[in-house]
Amino acid sequence: MNWLPNTLLFFAAWLAVFAQTQFAPVAGLLGAPLCIVPALVVYAALTSNIAVMTGLVLFAGMAIDSLSANRLGVSLPPLFVVGFLVHARQHLILRDQVYAQVWLGIGAGWAVPLGTQTLLSMVRPEPISGWPTLWHLVFGAALNGAMCPLCFVLFGRLRDAFDYRPVVESSFRPDRQIKRGRS
Amino acid sequence: MSKRAHHLAIGTVAVLALVVLNLPPATAGRVKLAFAGLFLPLFGIAGSGQSFVDRASYALLTRSTLISEVERLRKENADLRLAALQAQGAMAENARLRASLGWTPKAPWKRRAARVVGREPTTFWRNITIDVGARDGILVNQAVLTGDGLVGRIREVGPTQSQVALIGDPDCGVSVIIAETRDNAVIQEARSAAIGDGYVTLRTLQNSPEILAGHLVLTSGLGGVFPRDIPVGRIVDTRSVDRGLCTEARVKLAANLNRLEEVWVLTP
Repeated sequence: MNWLPNTLLFFAAWLAVFAQTQFAPVAGLLGAPLCIVPALVVYAALTSNIAVMTGLVLFAGMAIDSLSANRLGVSLPPLFVVGFLVHARQHLILRDQVYAQVWLGIGAGWAVPLGTQTLLSMVRPEPISGWPTLWHLVFGAALNGAMCPLCFVLFGRLRDAFDYRPVVESSFRPDRQIKRGRS
Repeated sequence: MSKRAHHLAIGTVAVLALVVLNLPPATAGRVKLAFAGLFLPLFGIAGSGQSFVDRASYALLTRSTLISEVERLRKENADLRLAALQAQGAMAENARLRASLGWTPKAPWKRRAARVVGREPTTFWRNITIDVGARDGILVNQAVLTGDGLVGRIREVGPTQSQVALIGDPDCGVSVIIAETRDNAVIQEARSAAIGDGYVTLRTLQNSPEILAGHLVLTSGLGGVFPRDIPVGRIVDTRSVDRGLCTEARVKLAANLNRLEEVWVLTP
């Protein structure tokens, strides 16, 4: 069942991208869409191998661009850069600490839309930008900062439930058992 | 091994991003549609869930509420019938005058109803997804509106779904005319992708101090994308810009873009 947690990660990304296109009244009230893909990429970068992280970036990035008016492929570089940087330094990151997860989520939630906007600004037509963009960045950072530890908790439980359990070896050997009695 | 895997991942993403970003628009559109197809089951489930919630809410309505709603609709129906009669008379007169001047007769609008199934997932564009596509005869650049006014134009068409660029999107320029003063103007792109405020800015081609708050803004028909005389909104306030050379005005949109559920696509 090793493949199941990774499959569920892709499933969560599929649902998260779709959820970004729904809940219009909530998004309208908050003034920004509910994008949690950066938090999922941070989680994948810290807990999975680079192939899974890259696969998630390719899938989620292409999915976001296909449901959006974005130029196809423009979401890939920012998502991959964030995921790669976290993955390359994963041995230095205290990934079990909640504050580290929160700060990584905040950083990713801020960097991904900023990177995407920078790339979009290089081609025509330029995307909409203004003061509200700053709010989008702040909101995205806060949302992903909150979601990142939640991803660790939820997927950690799933991994515990479905991953192979370590074999516990005992020093007990039946052939060395001292048998008392007459026989 | 680890470094090799890292190099392989960087190379894969770099090559793929470069290839995809440089695809011709038609091919990129087809790839987008293929990826968007992955979400069709979720769009279907969301649609069914919405209709279930609607039906459940109808079942909860009281009899007195329904009766008062029927009364209101009867009154509105009578008003609309009267307005339609007047409009028919005006249209007949218009057709006679056009015929006497030798002008081509105005073709009536054909429309196709569509349901809004998705919104833009990013903050960079004003965009919605509707549940009609090429199979329903939808083409790029067709006008999209509600009973209240203009919504936008078709940006991309898939077999069963289409994307609509809303008013205020950088990809949806609208040429308009102020009904009272007959000044031509252009709706500019919004400064925010948040569509909750419902305002856009228009800019006239020359300074027009006659434009006042409350004036009606209609499509001018220039550019060939939008038919003439579709209501866009009303002027809220104006100011002189570019050292008095032009006038800029805030327009409150007639259609509430934040609460779009059903729209009409104008087909030829």
